Amino acid sequence: MSEFQPKIVVFACNWCSYAGIDLAGSSRLEYPPNLSVVRVMCSSRVSIEMILKALERGADGVLVTGCHPGDCHYITGNYNTLRRYHLLRKMLEDLGLNGRVRLEWISASEGERFAQVAKEFVEEIKKLGPLIIREEVV
Amino acid sequence: MAKAKIALYWCASCGGCEEAIVDLAEKILDVVDKADIVFWPVALDFKKSDVENYPDKYIDVCFINGAIRFSEHEEMAKLLRRKSKMVIAFGSCSHLGGIPGLANLWNKETIFRYVYHEAPTVVNKEGIEPQEKVKEDGMELELPSFWNTVRALDQVIEVDYYIPGCAPTPKIIEDAINAIFTGQLPEKGSVLASQQALCAECPLNETKPEKITLTEIKRVHQIILDHEKCYLTQGVLCLGPVTRGGCDSLCIKGGMPCTGCFGPLDQTIDQGARAASFITSIIEYEDEELIEKVVNDIVDPIGWFYRYSLPKSILKRRNMEVKKK
Ligand code: SF4
Ligand code: SF4
Ligand code: SF4
Repeated sequence: MSEFQPKIVVFACNWCSYAGIDLAGSSRLEYPPNLSVVRVMCSSRVSIEMILKALERGADGVLVTGCHPGDCHYITGNYNTLRRYHLLRKMLEDLGLNGRVRLEWISASEGERFAQVAKEFVEEIKKLGPLIIREEVV
Repeated sequence: MAKAKIALYWCASCGGCEEAIVDLAEKILDVVDKADIVFWPVALDFKKSDVENYPDKYIDVCFINGAIRFSEHEEMAKLLRRKSKMVIAFGSCSHLGGIPGLANLWNKETIFRYVYHEAPTVVNKEGIEPQEKVKEDGMELELPSFWNTVRALDQVIEVDYYIPGCAPTPKIIEDAINAIFTGQLPEKGSVLASQQALCAECPLNETKPEKITLTEIKRVHQIILDHEKCYLTQGVLCLGPVTRGGCDSLCIKGGMPCTGCFGPLDQTIDQGARAASFITSIIEYEDEELIEKVVNDIVDPIGWFYRYSLPKSILKRRNMEVKKK
């Protein structure tokens, strides 16, 4: 059987992380092709519903990226993201989805860091395998 | 005008919703005045075969409470749908999956293992489990199948209207019945309760400041609640801001915070996600360790935020191995 290739949705904030991911591309850094990047204005725009919906609709993992604390274009957006993420992580443990959602701060100059995080995350999700939740479980 | 024909049925239900109808007391007689009850197994002697023998669309209004847990529930829901002009999901279990829906944190295998083998009160040396088919003295006996996942009524049949609540309050049942019999129903698919969040009708709302911030979260047994002051501002989880109103703030008036039984507002697709987002948005801190500390005050977040709505949430259930037959 061929190796499981996870689908991963990346939400990237317009101001730091998206630029950082762009930099990874323009610097020709290598990272796995399993990620689909969705640009949002701020990481705090990414509601819990959006993350759950991504998992329901086919993502095996979700990576939320934003500006480092203190650097948010909207001053405090990423703190909201941080608070939300801590509770969500706890909820996902109880839903059998431990490790499927990750939050990373990636600045506009951190292309390299993005490529590193992407590689790591894809490996982790490969180990976790595909979601069972979407199969007919009646 | 001929009397309307109504039916009442229960699926995976605690009986509280049936009790809520009985509690209408003499008001139920007004209903009997306007309608003939043609199926109500809890209170009157009807059989499934009676329903099977009715022509299609014979029943005018059918109220179904309880969630869909067994194959039998699905079968009865489908039968009643075929025989009814209008189907109303009655109560949280039918509307959202309700309390039985929390069993979606397990599956058939893990539930059976606990209930028939591991529970401290169980003595079952032979390891007997219920079977769907058994032969006894040449007779074949059958039990319904137990599904891995609990579902809400509208996940198996089309539902025309919803009466929310665990259980629905006498007032919203009466209002719904009046709306049905006077033909004043809103758009199909509506939830027959308020269109505003519970806070809007809560007597403690005027004590709620413009901005709330929480530095810790307490459970009701860890605090002596001030009943004159919004519970949320006292650091107790109250789901009033993300729950549909219409219950007349029953729990609040009884001295307890809202646990969300009227379900989400129209615009919300996932009540638990909404509740969790809301709560995190009012945590005071920016420091990770302190945030973590407040979040850890929330024991069992799924049980809190999805108490009545896990089957209707985006993910519907826990992600876990399922034994293939
Ligand atoms: S909605 Fe509440 S009262 Fe009604 S059957 Fe379900 S658990 Fe019981
Ligand atoms: S949060 Fe709860 S106690 Fe406060 S106003 Fe809303 S419903 Fe009332
Ligand atoms: S206060 Fe909340 S939990 Fe209590 S009856 Fe009203 S909606 Fe339901």
